Amino acid sequence: MITRQFIHKPLSKVAEGQRARIVAVGGGGALRRRILEMGMTRGTELFVEKYAPLKDPLEVIVKGFHVSLRVAEASEITVEVVE
Amino acid sequence: MNQNAITIALAGNPNAGKTTIFNNITGTRQKVGNWPGVTVEKKEGRVHKFGYDLKIIDLPGIYSLTPFSIEEIVARDYILDQCPDVVIDIIDASNLERSLYLATQLRELGRSKVLFALNMSDVATARGYKIDADKLSELLDVPVHATVGNKNQGVEDLLQKAIELAVSDTAPSRHRKVRYSNDIEAAISELETLLTPHMEHESPYDPRWASVKLLENDKVVVDRLPTVLPTDALDALMSKTASQRQTLQARYDEDPEIVLTDERYGFIAGIMKEVFSTSSRRRIDTSRNIDRVLTNRFIGFPIFIFFIWAMFQLTFTLGAYPMDWIESGVGGLAALIDYALPDSLVKDLFINGILAGVGSVIVFLPNILILFFCIALFEDTGYMSRCAFLMDKIMHLIGLHGKSFIPMLMGFGCNVPAVMAARTLESEKDRLLTILITPFMSCSAKLPVYIVLAGTFFGARAGTVIFAIYLLGIVIAIVSGRLFRTTLLRGADAPFVMELPPYRVPMLKSLLIHMWDRSKMFLKKMGGVILVGSIIIWALSAFPRTTTFTHDYPAAMAHIEAAYAEKTARADAEDQPALEKEKSERLLEVQRAMRAEQTANSFMGQIGQGIAPVFAPLGIDWRGGVSLLAGFVAKEIVVSTMGVLHAVDEEGSEALREALLKSGMTPLAAFSMMIFVLLYVPCIATVATIRKETNSTKWMLFSVGYTTAVAWVMAFVVYNGGRLIGLA
Repeated sequence: MITRQFIHKPLSKVAEGQRARIVAVGGGGALRRRILEMGMTRGTELFVEKYAPLKDPLEVIVKGFHVSLRVAEASEITVEVVE
Repeated sequence: MNQNAITIALAGNPNAGKTTIFNNITGTRQKVGNWPGVTVEKKEGRVHKFGYDLKIIDLPGIYSLTPFSIEEIVARDYILDQCPDVVIDIIDASNLERSLYLATQLRELGRSKVLFALNMSDVATARGYKIDADKLSELLDVPVHATVGNKNQGVEDLLQKAIELAVSDTAPSRHRKVRYSNDIEAAISELETLLTPHMEHESPYDPRWASVKLLENDKVVVDRLPTVLPTDALDALMSKTASQRQTLQARYDEDPEIVLTDERYGFIAGIMKEVFSTSSRRRIDTSRNIDRVLTNRFIGFPIFIFFIWAMFQLTFTLGAYPMDWIESGVGGLAALIDYALPDSLVKDLFINGILAGVGSVIVFLPNILILFFCIALFEDTGYMSRCAFLMDKIMHLIGLHGKSFIPMLMGFGCNVPAVMAARTLESEKDRLLTILITPFMSCSAKLPVYIVLAGTFFGARAGTVIFAIYLLGIVIAIVSGRLFRTTLLRGADAPFVMELPPYRVPMLKSLLIHMWDRSKMFLKKMGGVILVGSIIIWALSAFPRTTTFTHDYPAAMAHIEAAYAEKTARADAEDQPALEKEKSERLLEVQRAMRAEQTANSFMGQIGQGIAPVFAPLGIDWRGGVSLLAGFVAKEIVVSTMGVLHAVDEEGSEALREALLKSGMTPLAAFSMMIFVLLYVPCIATVATIRKETNSTKWMLFSVGYTTAVAWVMAFVVYNGGRLIGLA
């Protein structure tokens, strides 16, 4: 049986055009609630559409809609990259 | 009570097409204001349809009903406290899963009857989504109706359904609410048992909902319960809540509110499985392709700059034509009054008070109309969120949101629409911060002042000096922004997490409604505060009338008349025109001297001379002080008042330059005055707008005080610093 070891990393380290699955949402208070309420809960898949021209914020596609978040905010979301 | 009156509230996610449906229902019969105590826009419309008087409320666009943002609190409190007959939840069918999050919460609230509008079903179909509306209706026990808001399809039926629902005597359904896992359900029912005996029928809180909120540690509910519960019951409830929260925390190793959010999405995933299917048909995603160009790494910024440039061009170049018409209209009206009325105080009040004051502000109406049309275009197409996406990195350095860029940029044109444009910001803190620092963007009305002063004292270097002034304004705005962020408006930034809605073709009707809504507010101000303000300023400069002049001006004029009458009689016919010209020039000189003295003796002049010690350390003489005071009405007036006080022609003429040079003003003093003009209290129209937009007299006064204090300190430092290092 082949087991694939997924590496956990912050969403802010995921390259443009990569797909990732949310492992945990950190951060506190309003930010964390907002992220979760937008549907970015554990296990949700997302796609890093692009980074802004100045490399911050970034745009992800999740559940069929586009969301932008700052790099600092994205770093609170732990993901595993899926191929 | 009117039996036929029905209140319908529209709820939904931002960009779900809520406003379009609202516009379709109410047309132009809408009232735009603020929700009490906050600066969230409140839209209300009344229509008479199907024999009912309908009051339609457009709730703020929200993703959830948790009390984290002011919009969410406003929407939730409205439903709880006002209990509209029906809440229509506008669900974006192309975004079903996320939309259902709010939908299930509205269902849980158990207050008003709920109706779902499955909006943008055409987009969903185009994307190959299939939604089983009947199944959805059955699962959540809520009537569901399909609409296409921007084609006005199904909106009429929706309204009819809402009325049917409102008049039917079924209570809001209590079945099939969100089911949580057993541990949570157990905790909920424990709290519910404690709560139920105390919940009267008219209590806004459904016991189950209140229990869920207690587990989520919802601040608003916790704060409000003491008004509903007796003290002993409250104590028992709170300790039970604390222990249940602890138990859940231990079991899930996570805050209960997070667990509940997770579970709600789990519940929604279950619904999705049953009602949603997608065909493999894949269309080209046009919106995504457009976005690849508009936010492209290399050409994204150039395109953005082009759009902003185009907006400015339209606003100030195209707007200049109607501006001219209004100006000449006002001028014509003044001439008419001048002709029709005999010289009197009333005539002076009309021409120099009301017309001059209101006229100087109403000329901005074309600018404001065009500007708001452009902004509505940016917003309705979806480009506005891309502006924020592009600019956020830069704006965040000042502690601002990407969307603050537009209001601040517009400040260079006119602060009135700029402050109003801050409405596009969702977070109240961001909005306030933007409003407070926007006046430092040097508006176009200040330019004539710079041109006169820099042109007079800096000659060829005038351009550089004016550029430095603009730059200083930006720097002060940045410093102030950072200062406010770390002091007055502290706290974590509102999350930037922002939806980038698909690009859409805007609807002209909705663009026009947006434009008109905002311009209407501007016009209303004309009739109110600006009119009163202009009259006050006029009165201050027109009274007292009975001054004892230092010279006998009428006698001097009579003397000139007599002297020239004699000269003319003796002169040849060909010299007569020259003599006539000479005479009128000398007469004008006397008149100007008289007017200068009258102005100097007026209350305004007296105040100016009274506060001269305040301006003296800045190198500004009393004439400058009076002009600055008068500039509160409109910055253009600074130049014309200086003209009057120096007894020369108005409007930055050569004569004013000479007079300024003769008055002993130094280049350093001129620079200091320019700094003061740049930074001090914005014009009365802007101040009135700040009052209106912040919904607070306190913030308005703060803005007035802060800008003026900064202006004085900066001018003082520059003037005295300059003198210390030997500049004159």
